Amino acid sequence: MLILNCPYCGVDAEETELAAGGEAHLKRYGPGSSDGDFHDYLFMRENPKGVHFERWRHANGCGKWFHAARCTQTLEVFGTYSAQVFEPPQKIKDAITAKRPGWTWREFS
Amino acid sequence: MSEPISALNHASYTGIAKVEECGLQGMITLRGDLSDKVLIKAVKDATGQKVPGQREALIKGDTGVCWMSTDELLVLVPYAEVETKLAVMSNALSGVHALAVNVSDARAVFRIAGANAREVMGKLAPVDLSAEAFQPGQIRRSRLAQVAGAFWMDDDETFRVVCFRSAADYVFKLLKVAAQPGSEVGVY
Amino acid sequence: MSTRLAKQGRLIDRSKQVTFTFNGTSMQGYEGDTLASALLANDQMMMGRSFKYHRPRGVVASGAEEPNALVGLGQGNRFEPNQRATTTELFNGLTSASQNHWPNLEFDIGAVNKHLSRFLPAGFYYKMFIHPKPFWKHVYEPFIRQSAGLGKAPDKDSRDADTYEHFYAFTDILVIGGGIAGLQAAKAAAQSGAKVMLIEQTAHWGGRAPVDGGTVDGQPVDKFVEQLVSELETMDNVTMRSRCMGAGVYDHGYVLGYERLTDHKPGAQGPRHRLWRIRAKQIVTATGAIERPLSFAGNDVPGVMLASAMRDYVVNWGVTPGDRVIVATNNDDAYRTAIILKQAGVDILRVVDARATAGPLAEEARQLGIRVDPGKAIAKVKGGKRVKKVALCNQDGIGGAREEIECDAVAMSGGWSPVVHMWSHCGGKLLWDEANAHFHPDPERPPLGANGEGFVVAAGAANGAMPLQDVLFDAQTAGEAASNAAGFTPVTADAPKGADVAEAPMEPVWLMPANADIQLRMKSWLDFQNDVKVSDVQLAAREGYESVEHTKRYTTLGMATDQGKLSNINGLAILADALDSEIPKVGTTTFRPPYTPISMASIGGEARGDVFQPIRQTPMHNWHDKNGADWEPVGHWRRTYAYVRPGESVHDAVNREVKNTRENLGLLDASTLGKLIVKGPDAGKFLDMMYTNMMSTLKVGKCRYGLMCSENGFLIDDGVVARIDEDTWLCHTTTGGAERIHGHMEEWLQTEWWDWKVYVANVTEQYAQVAVVGPNARKVLEKLGGMDLSKEALPFMEWRDGKIGDFDCRAYRISFSGELSYELAVPASQGQAFWDALTEAGKEFGVMPYGTECLHILRAEKGFIMIGDETDGTVIPQDLGLHWALSKKKEDYLGKRAHSRTHMADPERWKLVGLETVDGSVIPDGAYAVGEGVNANGQRNMIGRVTSTYYSANLGKGIAMGLIKHGPDRMGEIVEFPGTDGKSYKAKIVDPIFFDKDGEKQNV
Repeated sequence: MLILNCPYCGVDAEETELAAGGEAHLKRYGPGSSDGDFHDYLFMRENPKGVHFERWRHANGCGKWFHAARCTQTLEVFGTYSAQVFEPPQKIKDAITAKRPGWTWREFS
Repeated sequence: MSEPISALNHASYTGIAKVEECGLQGMITLRGDLSDKVLIKAVKDATGQKVPGQREALIKGDTGVCWMSTDELLVLVPYAEVETKLAVMSNALSGVHALAVNVSDARAVFRIAGANAREVMGKLAPVDLSAEAFQPGQIRRSRLAQVAGAFWMDDDETFRVVCFRSAADYVFKLLKVAAQPGSEVGVY
Repeated sequence: MSTRLAKQGRLIDRSKQVTFTFNGTSMQGYEGDTLASALLANDQMMMGRSFKYHRPRGVVASGAEEPNALVGLGQGNRFEPNQRATTTELFNGLTSASQNHWPNLEFDIGAVNKHLSRFLPAGFYYKMFIHPKPFWKHVYEPFIRQSAGLGKAPDKDSRDADTYEHFYAFTDILVIGGGIAGLQAAKAAAQSGAKVMLIEQTAHWGGRAPVDGGTVDGQPVDKFVEQLVSELETMDNVTMRSRCMGAGVYDHGYVLGYERLTDHKPGAQGPRHRLWRIRAKQIVTATGAIERPLSFAGNDVPGVMLASAMRDYVVNWGVTPGDRVIVATNNDDAYRTAIILKQAGVDILRVVDARATAGPLAEEARQLGIRVDPGKAIAKVKGGKRVKKVALCNQDGIGGAREEIECDAVAMSGGWSPVVHMWSHCGGKLLWDEANAHFHPDPERPPLGANGEGFVVAAGAANGAMPLQDVLFDAQTAGEAASNAAGFTPVTADAPKGADVAEAPMEPVWLMPANADIQLRMKSWLDFQNDVKVSDVQLAAREGYESVEHTKRYTTLGMATDQGKLSNINGLAILADALDSEIPKVGTTTFRPPYTPISMASIGGEARGDVFQPIRQTPMHNWHDKNGADWEPVGHWRRTYAYVRPGESVHDAVNREVKNTRENLGLLDASTLGKLIVKGPDAGKFLDMMYTNMMSTLKVGKCRYGLMCSENGFLIDDGVVARIDEDTWLCHTTTGGAERIHGHMEEWLQTEWWDWKVYVANVTEQYAQVAVVGPNARKVLEKLGGMDLSKEALPFMEWRDGKIGDFDCRAYRISFSGELSYELAVPASQGQAFWDALTEAGKEFGVMPYGTECLHILRAEKGFIMIGDETDGTVIPQDLGLHWALSKKKEDYLGKRAHSRTHMADPERWKLVGLETVDGSVIPDGAYAVGEGVNANGQRNMIGRVTSTYYSANLGKGIAMGLIKHGPDRMGEIVEFPGTDGKSYKAKIVDPIFFDKDGEKQNV
């Protein structure tokens, strides 16, 4: 059972306080978007063995959404950060690079 | 207006700790920019307290303020004063983007008191409640078994727990089971 | 015979006699006995029968690894099957019964299976029960049912009399196992200042060390243990729990500890079991090692026992399992058993050592007059319910040229396997140690924690360190390493110096004798509980089950309640041999938690009975309960389905409420409807995104019904939105939808439009909400007095704040029934008083409370949809004819883009219509409409389904709504709904509004 640090309230919360919210950093496509873009936005998700970026909500807690960077294989957590960003902060990217040199995920690396 | 009645009307139980429903507590959910001067003043005027820092609970008796989130406070005032205080607060905040709303009746409040209070709570919430980790002055939002709840300590042997009113019966029963005689854990 | 010795028994108190029963016979034991030791003291060697062949079985071990001595414990509400006699502490009044036999343990009809054993080889079930097919129902299934299940299920009317709980504990270092290694590791860790928790599954500290002997720093090992325990007890940063088993190690340092609080004193105050949910930065597994049996013919006959268990019974409980004992071994350790038994006055007839040479312990044995036979083996143990004779032969052979010796017990030792379960649960890898023929933790590949570093350290025998001095050194190192990894500075110290007799190397012996013929192999047990023999594993290998995981499932090796603690290594050695491979290449099966079975109730913890799950109650809950409420769960809420009066059926009550609400006056507790306050300069813009229709243009004081879709276009909620002031809206959600929709709004605000100035608060429970419905609704409110509720002052779809009687009230003029209707919100703390006032004032107007079924029927009569009935997560507003609620002016809202996807706009989608049975009957819930032709599976093609179906007392017939292909274009056509009752229901497609089509009743 995972523990993630909620960057908003600072609590090391165990999984029973959290709700998983799927992949992070999705770009929303709305009316006017192509069928392909909209389809990919709705359905196409990364499923890596390794570095992954996810959304979590501190549901039984402060109620805030946050992002987590972690390894789906070893469950190592590289860091958690604000949900109100378009890409992982440099600090998080550096932490991943230190442990998983050469990692890539969607357009990030 | 008829006499307002809290969810369990002061029900109580004594086992390895004393559990009681505290009756009605005035509560205002206040959302806004916690660094905003107008908001800071409104909180001060209502409670005499500053805006609390992360997970801080500044409470004396039935008045005070708890940090609930980065943009949310729980303001405690005596139940009889809540409408007046809310009106004053809403008026003061009319120029800023904020939301103040009375949630007194939407909640139930319990007191768990006694030397084993930490252990009773430690059976229900996935939280480190050792004295090194949790102290009066702090608030923790978590879960109590299967429902959401928030709690703080009034002193080293007393917790106050806030949950939804609809869950009051469940939470009281939970606390009774957790405080049953002979269930001391012996760690805190 | 097995009997109590005059002396010895470090764990029993001979001054305190305890009375218990086994299979109805009263017996005596001592305080400190286990059930197993007490049964042995009463010469009850046979304790049960095996699962498959019902062979007589005696106790083989002395602890958690016991596969045979499973009993049913207790009676009535405290009866529990499959409890290990070896881990059951004896108490006065204990009742126990052996299992898996009929009519009794001594004479068992089912034992015929043993004569069939050559017809019941590995994979028998797979091969046998495939054909002929008709045999399944009348021959095979009854046979399997008859033989399925171990032990007896508790009586169906019994209810567990005890309570259980969880406890969340947090520690820097958790040490699992309170043997000498665990104690030493805990001390080493605690000296760094780290918070240490030490758990031990038995009631005693020190593990095997006091039985096995030796010295530490010059003093006897038991004295050293005593000293270490009292030292730890004085350390403030150390928590020690005995009777607390490490059950499982999980991700990120999560451990389950299973504490048995009152198993040894049933009925005592407090919970019976406590499940510790522990988070540790570092975990030390000091779980010891388990002795392996030897595989020889008849190794399952009662009286054959692990050598270490035999000396446990002598030293710990003063019981000898026999008078004349033969010891078989492949290592030096078993000589300790021979020596201890001999010293206790037991005849040791022979030590049969498969090796050519043994160490100094053998010499010590010889000096005591024990005959040692090197290079020898047991060819066969003879005896049915008790060992009678042993046939000896050369280890190096097929089992011929035997010498037979009469004896009544056999001690066997095949070497020791570290308990690596806790290490392995979360991914720790193993190494094969050729010299000791066992797997031990690979320190280079520990389970990894949240920081990517190892979080488990093995210590002592669990780490493969066998001699006492190695154990202590390893434990000291492990304790220091764990504290270092947990962020503390270890106080490095020399480990205490253990000293014991040096041992000669063991030699792996996987089969005795080495080339035993098939007759012997068919009687050489690997898995005692599940009756898996050497020949079964060899058969599995021959039949192609080469993976150890396949072999396990094909033969059931290691699948019994002991999970192969004794059998796995022996089994995979046989498999490796059969495959002509090496043991580490064959590998182990997966170690899964829990280490030994734990009670289901401990997993449930407090969640049983009254607190099995939260039941959310409205402020008027108790009133409903007292007034005949037939409850319906809606999410975690309990809502009244109908108020049943004495003498009424539920159906009668519903019909009465339906008619009364249309004709007079009904009251509905609507408090469960979600209420969300949405406020801010961007609140209107935000709600325009949330709802399919326009909310920003709603005038203050007015209400609008709104639909919510998910981003992929499906309906997720609906409700009435009221505009409170320029900046503030109040959104009603469905019952049970409040938290979900609140979360949905927060999600979009926090993760997509975080620059929008909007705050949301869930105020659902601040209010008690009552729907006052029916032609007399206004009359009753006017009688109470207060605000003006006339048609002019409060028109349909508007709201006002005011007073009704003494109550502060927000009145919404909205209707979900088609009647004149007000929804009135008062503070929850006054909800009951308000309800009472309405009930009292309503008497003259024919007031009756009504429940959710009435609510459903009234809305169905009006053709109003219900989220969860007409929608199921695949339905879009267009399917329900709700185009009018889809704003065409808005550029965007959640679901808008999705609605233009091709299959969303597909004219073939099933559409909402009304359905009226031709004979007035009620279509069964969930029925599907069938059309022409059949599909690829030969089933009738489906053309639609019922979404809501009721008997309408107002209309005197069955009415329904459903989604039908091309439905709206097929008005008047008859469609067919086959029921599961064999009947077929014919219904006419009609307009879904059955009642008051022009809506005149609500507009008065």
